[in-house]
Amino acid sequence: MTKILTFAILFMSITIIGSMYRAIKGPSAADRLIAINVIGTKTIILILMISILFKEDYFVDVALVYALISFVASIVIANYIEKLGGQ
Amino acid sequence: MLTDIIGGVFILGGLFFFLVGTIGIIRFPDVLSRIHAAAKCDTLGALLCLTGLIIFNGFNIVSLKILLVLIFIWVTNPTATHLIGKAEYIRTNLHNKQDGVK
Repeated sequence: MTKILTFAILFMSITIIGSMYRAIKGPSAADRLIAINVIGTKTIILILMISILFKEDYFVDVALVYALISFVASIVIANYIEKLGGQ
Repeated sequence: MLTDIIGGVFILGGLFFFLVGTIGIIRFPDVLSRIHAAAKCDTLGALLCLTGLIIFNGFNIVSLKILLVLIFIWVTNPTATHLIGKAEYIRTNLHNKQDGVK
């Protein structure tokens, strides 16, 4: 279990770096928002994996709150892009 | 020992879908096709990885909280993807309409 979780954490960090490429370079604002949304989901999974690996139970609550905040940020920025196009 | 094998298979499947979603986000040429790849990465990868973690952990209150996180991700991420797609569609196609008809 320890080897699989360590490999999964390293692999997930590498995919977060790959998504960061699109978040920095993306031509429009929607591209950056998609990349940030995916990075948020991967961060939630990463926190849960670290919680199971180190047997720290309260990290699960941190992941739940992070999911809430990430959802609200995505909704607000999507509304801003929509208003910007409506002008 | 058996839970290690079954949970490892689930987590490796989830990592495969995360890798495919990331390659799709980097390589696809359009915004809407990138949204398509990102939604696969969010729903199926999260389902497989969190199912593997629940199998590793066994049945207790932490597994219930992980299941709650999974249900929350499944409700919110398609909603956010739909809103981003709608905003991008409005921003791109608003000046193409003639006489108020798209």
